[in-house]
Amino acid sequence: MDRQPPPFFNRGPAPLVRLSFFMLLAILLMVLDMRFRAAETLRTGLAVVIYPLQRATGAPVELLSSIADYFSSLSSAQRENEALRTRVLQSARDVLTLEALASENAHLRRLLEARERVPGGASLAEIMYSGRDPFSRKIVLDKGSQQGLLSGQPVIDETGVIGQVTRVFPMLSEVTLITDKDQAIPLQVVRNGLRALAYGDGATLDLRFVAANADIQNGDVLVTSGIDGIYPAGLPVARVSRVERDAAYAFARIQCVPIAGTERHRQVLVLAHDAKLPAAPEAQPQQAARAPKGRRTKKRE
Amino acid sequence: MQYEPRPQRILLPVSPLFMGFTLACALTFNLLPWRNVSGMPDLVALVLAFWGVHQPRRISVGIAFAFGIVMDVANGALLGQHAFAYAALAFTANALSRRLLWFPLWPQAMHMLFVLLGSQLLMLAVRMFSGSPFPGVLYFLGSFISAALWPLTTMLLLAPQRRPESIDENRPI
Repeated sequence: MDRQPPPFFNRGPAPLVRLSFFMLLAILLMVLDMRFRAAETLRTGLAVVIYPLQRATGAPVELLSSIADYFSSLSSAQRENEALRTRVLQSARDVLTLEALASENAHLRRLLEARERVPGGASLAEIMYSGRDPFSRKIVLDKGSQQGLLSGQPVIDETGVIGQVTRVFPMLSEVTLITDKDQAIPLQVVRNGLRALAYGDGATLDLRFVAANADIQNGDVLVTSGIDGIYPAGLPVARVSRVERDAAYAFARIQCVPIAGTERHRQVLVLAHDAKLPAAPEAQPQQAARAPKGRRTKKRE
Repeated sequence: MQYEPRPQRILLPVSPLFMGFTLACALTFNLLPWRNVSGMPDLVALVLAFWGVHQPRRISVGIAFAFGIVMDVANGALLGQHAFAYAALAFTANALSRRLLWFPLWPQAMHMLFVLLGSQLLMLAVRMFSGSPFPGVLYFLGSFISAALWPLTTMLLLAPQRRPESIDENRPI
């Protein structure tokens, strides 16, 4: 009885077999992506393939916004012009003093033989769309490695930091917002210079590992501290919105609201991070030998 | 309860081109800049489920998986997250295909609500397992909207198959 069924009835593997195969494949991909970051080539290839579709979907939205722009009345343009003029005048004084301060600062730094802070370049990019995945906070910009963007560059708008470029495709790049759960940013309180580390928390930021008795109040403005070598120092990031001190915990619970918004404007600035960090200190030979077992050594010390 | 036969139309064969077109439309809708509006219906899932129910031999787990990968790449999500959920969705839709079409449209929509919710729950489980925060109850609103769109989807996507056949004056019957 080794008769084959006619090809007419041949429907390939059973549905359950197919389901198991593809689910296992999906799990494999997820593990590769999450633990080993090994699926980036596949991701880049697919991103190039679906790029025209993404551009096409952006087109009607761009058309709508350009129509809206066209019909925005002259008076509103004039009003905006007036407001901008006053702002330029107001900031002119600051700019003038800034030049003097910059030269003085450069001089002092030379005196201190410290490295000079070189203002890096920046490129303007437009937000194409924001990711639809409800579990992560990401936006997609219309520039990629073809335009010289690199993974790791900070992204700002005119009010403050909005995130960091985390993935670069040939024509597009993905920006993880500072409110994303996996995103951390080193901050400094403007009022007293206290340094802290903020983690994304969905819609807000969470200031972790701050002692319960630390001097942080509601409304404190937090700026980047610049000690990470990625974000330039002094960019506004967030404002403290809630401080909870519980005697049961060693750390205070501090919630902050980001200052910059991605909902307001379409243009963002991608900063080049060519910050020249001082060379890492020479490791002691003994420590270098221990380095791979980082966790254990910490416990022992 | 007595069985009441309902009239069922004999449909024209489906055009694979039209299926591809509707899937591309759904994908386009999903890629529109929604600015993190929670509770947007996932039309790709809906259309995949629809064709999975109506054309189980053409839309199977593999195609759903491919669309899931595209969604993952476009959204910057964990690679395989949508693929996992869509594969399960297509499997359930295929399994339901013989039973579901005997029901009127709204009971069909009720069935699909649970199928879509199941696929969303799977995605949620995957993401919670990988350490993401709970996105809020509004996340599930998308499935309810999708299920409510089921009758409309049926009307639109079956319309080409419900066209009258070419009228032949000389035909005896």
